[in-house]
Amino acid sequence: MTSIVAENIVVEFPIYGGKSRSLKHTFMRAATGGLLARDAAERVVVRALNGLSFHFVEGDRIGIVGHNGSGKTTLLRVIAGAYEPVSGTISVVGKVATMLAITLGMEPEATGYENIFLRATVMGFKSSQIAPLADEIAEFSELGDYIHMPLRTYSSGMAMRLAFAVSTSVSADILLMDEWLSAGDAAFSAKAQVRLNSLVDRAKLLVLASHDEKLIQKNCNKIMRLDHGDVASFETVSAQPADRLPFVG
Amino acid sequence: MSPFRQRLYLGLKDIKDGICSANIWAMLGWLEIKQRYRRSTLGPIWLTISTGVLILGMGPLYGRLFSQDLSNYFPYLAVSIVLWSFISGLITESCNSYIAAEGFIKELKLPYTVHVLRVVWRLLIMLAHNLVIVVLVLGYFRPPWGWELLLVPFAVLLIAVNGLWLGTLMGLLSARFRDIPQIVTSVVQIAFFLTPIFWKPSMLGKYQWTADLNPLFIFLEIVRAPLLGEPVRGYLWMAAFVVTVIGFSITLLLFSRFRARIAYWV
Repeated sequence: MTSIVAENIVVEFPIYGGKSRSLKHTFMRAATGGLLARDAAERVVVRALNGLSFHFVEGDRIGIVGHNGSGKTTLLRVIAGAYEPVSGTISVVGKVATMLAITLGMEPEATGYENIFLRATVMGFKSSQIAPLADEIAEFSELGDYIHMPLRTYSSGMAMRLAFAVSTSVSADILLMDEWLSAGDAAFSAKAQVRLNSLVDRAKLLVLASHDEKLIQKNCNKIMRLDHGDVASFETVSAQPADRLPFVG
Repeated sequence: MSPFRQRLYLGLKDIKDGICSANIWAMLGWLEIKQRYRRSTLGPIWLTISTGVLILGMGPLYGRLFSQDLSNYFPYLAVSIVLWSFISGLITESCNSYIAAEGFIKELKLPYTVHVLRVVWRLLIMLAHNLVIVVLVLGYFRPPWGWELLLVPFAVLLIAVNGLWLGTLMGLLSARFRDIPQIVTSVVQIAFFLTPIFWKPSMLGKYQWTADLNPLFIFLEIVRAPLLGEPVRGYLWMAAFVVTVIGFSITLLLFSRFRARIAYWV
């Protein structure tokens, strides 16, 4: 059964270097950013997540909202497993696909086609798994003969199309997204949204962080509001999305 | 399970999973080499050429300075330089194993060991390119090889295995203390002169035993001696194993303790 269970997770980023001195006697609660505090060893730390507990289960469409620096992206990275919490526990059951940095692993000097393999390997696929998908991905990206040119010759829009095509070719139990993905010009974007929506529909559990309240309301059935690394509110929204926004930047 | 055993288990699991992710580290290591030489006509053959030029330049000069017989000194220097570029590369680049992989570490859940093996693999590929020189030089001078030649691949493998703990340990320390890569670079520079590379331990006369205390010499010699048709003393193999065991023990303790912190440090 796909689920994400977190108990009291705390994430603190230690600040090493010059600034710690001037912050030594200051505890600040700014309008943006996490909580500045000091840990047991008297280091200045940024407390990005301040003891979160939650229980996401299959069928949940979680929307995470909050101001800049409230801990949305950090929470996604903790669920993805990149950061292990300083204290507390998190257990994730199910195969996770992250849409956090969709160009990670791609190389400017390699061709578009090679980059399909590079990106997919970094995403955790074996080349035997990628090979059957590669042509479909190349076709979806609509890059034509450019697929055999080095990535550095691409415009940023073309590179994003390729990254999008590879990253969305997976299917996973848990889908993590930091803002809604979009790529390319109007025609491509419409096609991309269809593909992304189908990926979202297939996922058993979606966690979507965004500033866009409309987008969240369209796609999510539960909304978690973060404030300075704390859960400010966690509510269930009644209306399941009937139709989605065609494209959101 | 006690927290200590839990951490130890996770540390060992990271190393095991890392080794099993060969498709990732082999790809990333090879990619770095390809990238460095992309669009150059000769590509990675430049690795071979630059080492070859160094040996051709230094060989006759130092042979003369130390008044050595070239047919003996030249193969000695060629093998030494090639091995040194492998060993010194492992030491200096091990410091950057995690720092250089910052983008991956902060976004993805990958075993940390993948980033270490990527460095070790790249240096092994570079060694393979330089091996051409060793084959050419030794093929020309034909030292009196013995059965010990069969041990050479194992000795190279042992060095690579030591690269695994070294990259884990130094990568961890360097991620936390950013002065360490600088310190290591300067220490390795001095080590080039202090280790018998372009001079022989026998030139030390009655102080010859001091070379045996140098771990860099120990690992260098278990590969070099059989290649040059010289016997390898049992002491050297034993010392190499002791260093490996001690290295892994210290690394495992520190890595288990601080593994989860690496993402916060890079």
